[in-house]
Amino acid sequence: MIDNLPFIACAILVILGLYTLTFKRNLIKIVIGLNLVESGVNLFLITLGYKSNAVAPIYTMAAKEEMVLPTPQALTLTSIVIGLATTALILSFTILIYKHYKTIDASKVRRLRE
Amino acid sequence: MMSKIVRTITNILYSSILIFGFYIIMHGHLTPGGGFQGGAVVASGIALVLIAYGYDTVKSWMKKSNLSVLESIGALGFIGIAFLGIGTTFFYNFLANSGGLFGDPTVIGINPGNLDTSGVLPLMNWAVGLKVLAGLGSVVLLMAYGIRKGDEE
Amino acid sequence: MRKYVLLAALLIVSGFMLLSAVDMHPFGSPDREDMDKYFINNAQEEVSANNVVTSIVFDYRGFDTLGEATVLFTAVVGVSLIFRRLIK
Repeated sequence: MIDNLPFIACAILVILGLYTLTFKRNLIKIVIGLNLVESGVNLFLITLGYKSNAVAPIYTMAAKEEMVLPTPQALTLTSIVIGLATTALILSFTILIYKHYKTIDASKVRRLRE
Repeated sequence: MMSKIVRTITNILYSSILIFGFYIIMHGHLTPGGGFQGGAVVASGIALVLIAYGYDTVKSWMKKSNLSVLESIGALGFIGIAFLGIGTTFFYNFLANSGGLFGDPTVIGINPGNLDTSGVLPLMNWAVGLKVLAGLGSVVLLMAYGIRKGDEE
Repeated sequence: MRKYVLLAALLIVSGFMLLSAVDMHPFGSPDREDMDKYFINNAQEEVSANNVVTSIVFDYRGFDTLGEATVLFTAVVGVSLIFRRLIK
């Protein structure tokens, strides 16, 4: 139980993000919840590849030869950039919605307006 | 436009941020970092200038179309370097250990690092770095433009 | 009513997440590491780069990076399309 406390921390982060996505109506808060879920997943990937008493997988002036797993780190790098791109797109849509409806309440933008 | 203190600090810090970002891109195959991270650092420098001086002043300094051209150059360079190794496979590292540009053989094991190694990786780092720099910079510029128009109405 | 259904669903999902987090392998000792051992041992010789993560991102798994660059390009095109419509 106490050994895999980092996994539980990642799960709690994802749960907080899901709570925000489920119960909040403000579009900015929904974007924040989405980012919380994404951070939890990234942290989980990094945690999955950690080895005790190992250094980062870079040979330049490394302290020792034992290294953590490099593939989860590479996939997390991909995931971070994709998350950044989607966040920029979602925030742009939020600006557009605010200009059109004059509100960012998700329950009020459903009605049709010209 | 922010106050004079912010603008002065921005003038001091801007070149350092740019040099740090290009350093991270250039040493991506030796130290932590690479194209994406360095491009994000340079884009954060652009965002700092944008916040300090406001969109109307920055608009005359950097053009959106120039950033779009830079992004296309980065993407085409990345795919072009990948296609250059098509003699063996797509994404083949044809420059590594060949003795030419970036072609020195690296020392196996822990070593202090040599900038002239690792084949096409530095070229790809530069291509991706330019792409991320221009992409995130133009996103920040466009979002600042959208917010500015909202203030006017 | 809707709120209680959502709360129950969230509690069930979070229960499963916490349960599987408790059931994971101990922190610091991964189960399978054959592929990563191969990368760590052979990346310096095959790609001749000191940074193993960069050699995975740009050489062993280059197609991932190509897709990622496509996603970034698409996002930038989408943002510029949105604000172009706003200008007119």
